[in-house]
Amino acid sequence: MDSIQKNLLAQVADLHEVPEGAYNIRANGAGVSRNTTANIDIVTKTDKDGIDIIIKPGTKNESVHIPVVLSQSGIQESVYNDFYIGEDADVTIVAGCGIHNCGVDTSKHAGIHTFYLEKNAKVRYVEKHYGEGDGNGENIMDPVTIVHLAENAHLEMETTQIKGIDSTIRVTKGDLAEGAFLEVREKIMTHGKQYAKTDFAIDMNGENCKCNLISRSVAKGNSKQEFFSIMNGNAACSGHSECDAIIMDSACVTASPQLTANNIDANLIHEAAIGKIAGEQLIKLMTLGLTEQEAEEQIIQGFLK
Amino acid sequence: MLELKNITYEVEGNKEIIKDVSVKIDDHFVAITGPNGGGKSTLAKIIAGIVTPTGGQILLDGEDITGLNITERAKRGISFAFQQPVHFKGLTVKDLITIASGKQMSVTEICQILSEVGLCAREYVNREINNSLSGGELKRIEIAMIKARGTKLSIFDEPEAGIDLWSFNSLIKVFEKMRDEIKGTILIISHQERILNIADKVIVIADGKLEKVGTKEEVLPGLLHTATACSTLVEKNER
Repeated sequence: MDSIQKNLLAQVADLHEVPEGAYNIRANGAGVSRNTTANIDIVTKTDKDGIDIIIKPGTKNESVHIPVVLSQSGIQESVYNDFYIGEDADVTIVAGCGIHNCGVDTSKHAGIHTFYLEKNAKVRYVEKHYGEGDGNGENIMDPVTIVHLAENAHLEMETTQIKGIDSTIRVTKGDLAEGAFLEVREKIMTHGKQYAKTDFAIDMNGENCKCNLISRSVAKGNSKQEFFSIMNGNAACSGHSECDAIIMDSACVTASPQLTANNIDANLIHEAAIGKIAGEQLIKLMTLGLTEQEAEEQIIQGFLK
Repeated sequence: MLELKNITYEVEGNKEIIKDVSVKIDDHFVAITGPNGGGKSTLAKIIAGIVTPTGGQILLDGEDITGLNITERAKRGISFAFQQPVHFKGLTVKDLITIASGKQMSVTEICQILSEVGLCAREYVNREINNSLSGGELKRIEIAMIKARGTKLSIFDEPEAGIDLWSFNSLIKVFEKMRDEIKGTILIISHQERILNIADKVIVIADGKLEKVGTKEEVLPGLLHTATACSTLVEKNER
């Protein structure tokens, strides 16, 4: 691995060395290294590009890292990764994609991740997207995450895209069985002419399942963001979605939540707020000695923390 | 020492006005009082640089700071506690106290400041400054930021506003303690007799004008017994 790839790895997976536990590192369209453990197996797909990650029932406190880096300009790929999480397992999965594009061609990575969580399985899934490069080539990422949560399964997903991705369409779909819990926290910052679209569709099918979607974003420059969410309450369940955006310069943010209750005991809430940084927040921080620009940076940093 | 020279603020359509206010503030604990809408908060904001006066001069230790912006005045030693504390999504008590102090603070140091304003420290350090905190808690955090700064001029705009009586009673103690401990000048806008009672100097602002300046012995009796001078104070006192 060269230094560019190592830097990308540090950005997307906080990895400075080879990670502990199971991992699969993919660079420029091919797997470069892999480690499996007694409880976690990683198998290359034969029908299409991608891997199966199989986690044995009862696996506790283990982690899987599956970072992807693209450092050659112009690579375009779609990768299918399927995660099978056995009953009662409790694991952390870190995915992420870093693109370094110093050429003129478009680099594109679409990760299609499907999660099958068995009963009582618990997963923390962290995904970071990062782009850089001094060329004119565009960096595009279109992640798709599909989650199937069996009874009392628990999935917490954190996605972050702070820098350097010119265009992203992020699709998250899920279905929840009885007592299942899904929480998605997404953080997005766009600048320049970037475009980011978030598309959620969650079916809450089981009694007492819960879903919480939290999106926080900052749109700067001439960037454009769209937030769509569909939440269907098909049983006695509770769903909450929240879209909070700070808009700056000439940016544009759209939020269109859709809630459908198909059951009298479905309890669904959506909150959306889009606005510029409040003047009084800036003034408060300036009275503490910060300049207007420093105050703005602090507010954004805190908001996306 | 802070000196206001002929401070005037008149903007068409804006009811909050200040007319030719001149006063020297060099005592340790100075209270500004007077009826609501009389211009007290506007005057405090003019001192902090949040509102620009249409006329007059502000001198801090002899330096003309009239043309300086909020940040520059903050750096020269002016702190301002808002009447209505601002909410911040994502910023925590620790973040704001750290920004206020201008240096990295250990959790122990932050806890020390929080307990001085009557907050059981550890549970607050990582709380977000949002509406999950009560009015009284936000006020205390606002005061804690001023303490963390420890500048030569600390302005408090009605610290008692918007909090319940029980919180207020303990808040008064915070100010009594601060009076004994803080160096520099405390300038506090208040209607509360207990605050006025510990002031070295009381300034009465009404209808945008400086109505009276003096020690509490000189000013308070007149205030409490002429309903026209300060009906708010009398009403609050009678409650």
